[in-house]
Amino acid sequence: MSMHEIRICGLGGQGVIMAGMIVGKAAAIFEDRYATLVQSFGPEARGSECSAQVMVADEPIAFPYLRHTDLFVALSQGAYEKFIHEMKEGATLVYESDLVTVDERLPKGAKKFGIPGTRIAEEQLGRRIAFNMVVVGFIAAVSSVVQVEAIIKAVADSVPPGTEAFNMKAFNMGFEYGKNLLS
Amino acid sequence: MSAKPVSSPKPKVLMQGNVAAAEGAYRAGCRFFAGYPITPSSEIMVRTGELLKEKGGTFVQMEDEIASIGAVIGASWTGVKAMTATSGPGFSLMQECLGYAYFTETPLVLIDVQRAGPATGQATHVGQGDVMQVRYGSHGDVFPIALCPWSVQEMYDLTIAAFNLSERYRVPTFVVADEAVGHLRENVVLHDDFEIFNRNRSGAGDPFGHDAPDGVPPMPAYGDGAALLVTGSTHDSRGYRKVDDPKVHEALVTRLMRKTMDHVEEIGDVDEYMLDDAEVAFFAYGISARSALAAVNRLRAKGVRAGLLRPRVLWPFPAPQLQALGARVRSLFVPELNKGMIAGVCREYVTVPVHAINQCNGKALSPDKLVAFVEEHP
Repeated sequence: MSMHEIRICGLGGQGVIMAGMIVGKAAAIFEDRYATLVQSFGPEARGSECSAQVMVADEPIAFPYLRHTDLFVALSQGAYEKFIHEMKEGATLVYESDLVTVDERLPKGAKKFGIPGTRIAEEQLGRRIAFNMVVVGFIAAVSSVVQVEAIIKAVADSVPPGTEAFNMKAFNMGFEYGKNLLS
Repeated sequence: MSAKPVSSPKPKVLMQGNVAAAEGAYRAGCRFFAGYPITPSSEIMVRTGELLKEKGGTFVQMEDEIASIGAVIGASWTGVKAMTATSGPGFSLMQECLGYAYFTETPLVLIDVQRAGPATGQATHVGQGDVMQVRYGSHGDVFPIALCPWSVQEMYDLTIAAFNLSERYRVPTFVVADEAVGHLRENVVLHDDFEIFNRNRSGAGDPFGHDAPDGVPPMPAYGDGAALLVTGSTHDSRGYRKVDDPKVHEALVTRLMRKTMDHVEEIGDVDEYMLDDAEVAFFAYGISARSALAAVNRLRAKGVRAGLLRPRVLWPFPAPQLQALGARVRSLFVPELNKGMIAGVCREYVTVPVHAINQCNGKALSPDKLVAFVEEHP
């Protein structure tokens, strides 16, 4: 069966779990597939390492913890250091290019896509809180794990009422940044 | 056991296990929650509070877990279905009052989302170290009903089942979940066509005695007009204290045992996977059963005839099903996130080798580890 294993990891407060939830929701609800999302976090509310594991499949998922990532989203250097070894050959790395330095541990044939998402959220949207939506838009552009339309529906379905336009603006900035990288 | 979905699935959603448990509680008729927040169970309290505020009901954040379970017991005696949620350390604090609840035959539901203990342990990480606390945590002879969900769907389904069983048998009933299942988000269908069981509130018959040796007496509420005496001391069928009468104490403790243990078949609920031709089998519950499920699939792909017996109801223990399995397979594997609590119980019922696979590092057992273990113990 086709199974995608995704890890999104960064620091508490970056919106890691919400980003994972949007990807999971896009697959589970809007593509009518199966998804699981596992969160792990430290005892602190903010600043500790925070990680989301998302599995997407066409059949029910037996064990919701991943073995090797098809897509690894590293939003802090600590996240990169801890989980770079999990990536499959030929997998995709998405990273915060102002915060993460990619080195020779990137596996063979892997694709890497960096975005200065925090800077974009701060300078172009005026609010750092939009960072995770910029990243979700970027993921939608550079990865084919979930369809773009499904992710857009999941964003609208997940953000607080009244903030849809702002979040979609953030999503589009990440999406455009990704499309420009690819072209 | 009742509370199985019967028809018409609703659109599925991606939901967290703890939130699904709160939704299940509300649909089962829970209208009172008292609790004290503790990771990894707090989302149950938050969501139940929202539901009771929006739709009607009573929600109280108490000063601690002792007060929480006390309030739940009191609420139940006013005729309302009542619940609390906690984790290992809070569960320990509740044990004294739970003894009172068993002895007064008070229906209530307690959801315990297990974390890595003992003590404060690793609050945000998974463990399965409460499976004996739920069975033997109270002083005296008590016979709890405990259900072990392995999915978000079962956090919903088994919470409903827990209310039904608690109302039916007038016994504290537990949903013994774990951090992994409580915090997991996955597809779930919130069925609303369950059978709901409500306690017999009639005043016909004494509230603490029954002619049948395994009988469940009616339970009028305060305000229903019955002259109610509720005491944690030994009492006769009308609730009068009988603390010097050996016959009354023996009869009461025996009936409380029999009303659970004489109904193991009716209460019990197991899930069987690939057992028809199995030569080796896992016996597993909660998140460890998900590890075992994946391991069975990988072993089958390698030609090993493996299967899985999974108790949805862990207590009363599914002895008949385990004994039947023990007569068919070569060996049994019991993966748990503790040092072998249920593996020890299994050894009481089967003569084939029982291999305990234990892990206490705050993480779920990887299916690869289970596959390797089975291959090393053919």
